[in-house]
Amino acid sequence: MDEVNSPMLIKKGAEANLYLAQWHGREAVLKKRVPKKYRPIELDHQIRTYRTIHEPQLMSRAKEAGVPTPTIFLIDVQNTTIIMQFIKGKQIKLLLDEIGENERQNVCFKIGELIAKLHENGIIHGDLTTSNMIMNPSGRIFFVDFGLGEKSAELEAKGVDLHLMKRALQSTHYQFAEDCYRSVIRGYGTLVGSREQQGILEKISEIERRGRYVAERKQEVSD
Amino acid sequence: MIDKTVKGCCLGIESTADDFSVGITTFDGKILANVIDAYIPSEGGIHPREAARHHSEVAVKVLKEALEQSGKRPKDISIVSFSQGPGLGPCLRTGATVARALASYLNIPLVGVNHCIAHIEIGRLSTGTTNPVTLYASGGNTMVVAFAAGRYRVFGETLDIALGNCLDVFAREAGLRQAPGLPFGAVIEKYARQGSKLVRLPYAVKGMDLSLSGLLTAITALLKKGDCRLEDLCYSLQETAFSMVTEVTERALAHTGRKELLLTGGVAANKRLQSMIRAVAEEHDAHFETVQMQLAIDNGAMIAWTGVLAYTNHIVTPIEKSFVKLRWRVEEVEIPWMK
Repeated sequence: MDEVNSPMLIKKGAEANLYLAQWHGREAVLKKRVPKKYRPIELDHQIRTYRTIHEPQLMSRAKEAGVPTPTIFLIDVQNTTIIMQFIKGKQIKLLLDEIGENERQNVCFKIGELIAKLHENGIIHGDLTTSNMIMNPSGRIFFVDFGLGEKSAELEAKGVDLHLMKRALQSTHYQFAEDCYRSVIRGYGTLVGSREQQGILEKISEIERRGRYVAERKQEVSD
Repeated sequence: MIDKTVKGCCLGIESTADDFSVGITTFDGKILANVIDAYIPSEGGIHPREAARHHSEVAVKVLKEALEQSGKRPKDISIVSFSQGPGLGPCLRTGATVARALASYLNIPLVGVNHCIAHIEIGRLSTGTTNPVTLYASGGNTMVVAFAAGRYRVFGETLDIALGNCLDVFAREAGLRQAPGLPFGAVIEKYARQGSKLVRLPYAVKGMDLSLSGLLTAITALLKKGDCRLEDLCYSLQETAFSMVTEVTERALAHTGRKELLLTGGVAANKRLQSMIRAVAEEHDAHFETVQMQLAIDNGAMIAWTGVLAYTNHIVTPIEKSFVKLRWRVEEVEIPWMK
C-alpha cells in the first residue's frame, strides 16, 4: 500500500469500495473489499480473501486473451485491496443510452466478441453487466470487476454468463434489451462459430427453463 | 370509472401453493378479513394434486369465515380477484374456479392478480413504504424486485430453487417435523441458534443472481455423512444461504440507490435473515421494513388489495381470459398505479 496518496471514494458498491488515488504518481483505482457486518467474520474473510486473490488472476488472463482489462499494480491480500490502472472513459451502461441505434448495435456486437474471447480461453466473467464495461476515448472496451468470475471451460458456466448478460440488459436497458442481446449473440457467434453458438443458445434456453417462471414453458399453461 | 372514495370492497382468493386463503379489503386499503388455511402434508413436500384437493375441501369454509370476519354480505362485494399465477397448476385452478363462480354468481367484475406483485403491494400498503427494493423470499420464490419505468423489475433472483424450498428440503432430509404455527424454517432457525461451527459450503452468487441447489446438495451430503452436529449444519446453512441472498439484495440497493428496503415472503419470519437485511439497509442509509407475518406469507388480503389497485386502474379479467399462468413473471405486468 506504499505511496498511495489522496484516495477519494468514487463508488460504494455492494461488494467493494472503489477509490481514485495517486499511486507512484499515476492515477489508480483502489478496490477495497470492506468487511460485511451481516455475515459471520469467518465466511466474510473467506469470501473477501478469495475474491481479492482470484480477481487479478482472471484479469491478467483476460488481457492475455485479448480482452482489455485494467493493469494490476498491487495486490494487498491482508487488506483485501487491489490497486489497478484507472481507465478513463465512459461506462457502457451510460453510453448505450446516449448513442444512436446503429452505433449501439455495433457496441453490443463488440461486447459479444469480447465475451467470446473470454469464454474461448476458459474465463467466466461472472458479472457481465453494462456497468462493468468501460469504453476509453480511443474506442476500446475494457472489462472490469472480475470478482465473481471463475476459470471454467464448461458450456454450463458460459451459458449462465451470457444469461446474466441478458438479464442485466433486461433490467437496466429494458427499452432496447432485445436488440442489444441479439447483437451480443451475433458478435459472440462470429468468433466461436455457428455450431458453438447454437450449442450455447440451447444451453441458455435450458438454463432459463430451469429457472423461474419462463414463458417458454407455456405448454404447461392450460385450464 | 371507479374512484377510491366509492365504498367498494374486493374479495381476493389466494391458492398458488399450500395455502388457501380469502381476504377482503376496502377500496381505500382497509383489511377487513384475511383467513388462511394451510395444507400440511403428513410427509414429503407439497403434492400439487393433494394441495388442490385440500383447497377445494376448505374453500367454502374459508369463504364463509372471511365474510363473517369482514361483517360483509356477498352482495356488498364489488369485485372478486384471484391469484392467476405464478404457482402450482392444480392449486391455481382450484382458486380460479372458485373466483369465476363467485364473480359470475354475484355478477361482478373479476380481476386476475400476479401473486408476486401482490406480495409487494400488500407490503407497501402495510408498512407505508412507497418505492422500495423488495426482497421476496418464500418456499416458491426468491427475488429482489424494484419498480422502474412502468413495471416491477427483477434485480436478482434464484437460478434454481427458492430459499424456503432449500430450507424445507434440508429439514425433511434431517428428519425434522413441522407443525401448524411451526414451519420447517422456524425449526431450522431454532437449531441454528444452538450452532456455532461454520461448515464450508458452496457460495454461489452469480452476478445479480444466486444459485442454491449446489449448497443444498453439499449440506445434504454432510448430513448423511454424520460427522457434524445438526445444530452446526442448520447454522451453516442459514449463514451461507442468507449471506448469498443478502449480497444480491445489497447489489440491487446499491444499483438502484433506493432508500427503502422491504422484506417479505414466508422466510421473512426468520430473525437472522431480518438482521442481515437490516444491516445492509443501515449500511446504505435505507429505511428497513419487514412485513407482518400474516401479510408476508401467502394470503388473500394481498390478492384483494392488488385487485383493488388493478380495478381502480381500469384492469379487469374477462372470464375467457382468466386461465391460470403457471410461470407468470413480474416483468410481464404493467403497473399503472405506480409512477
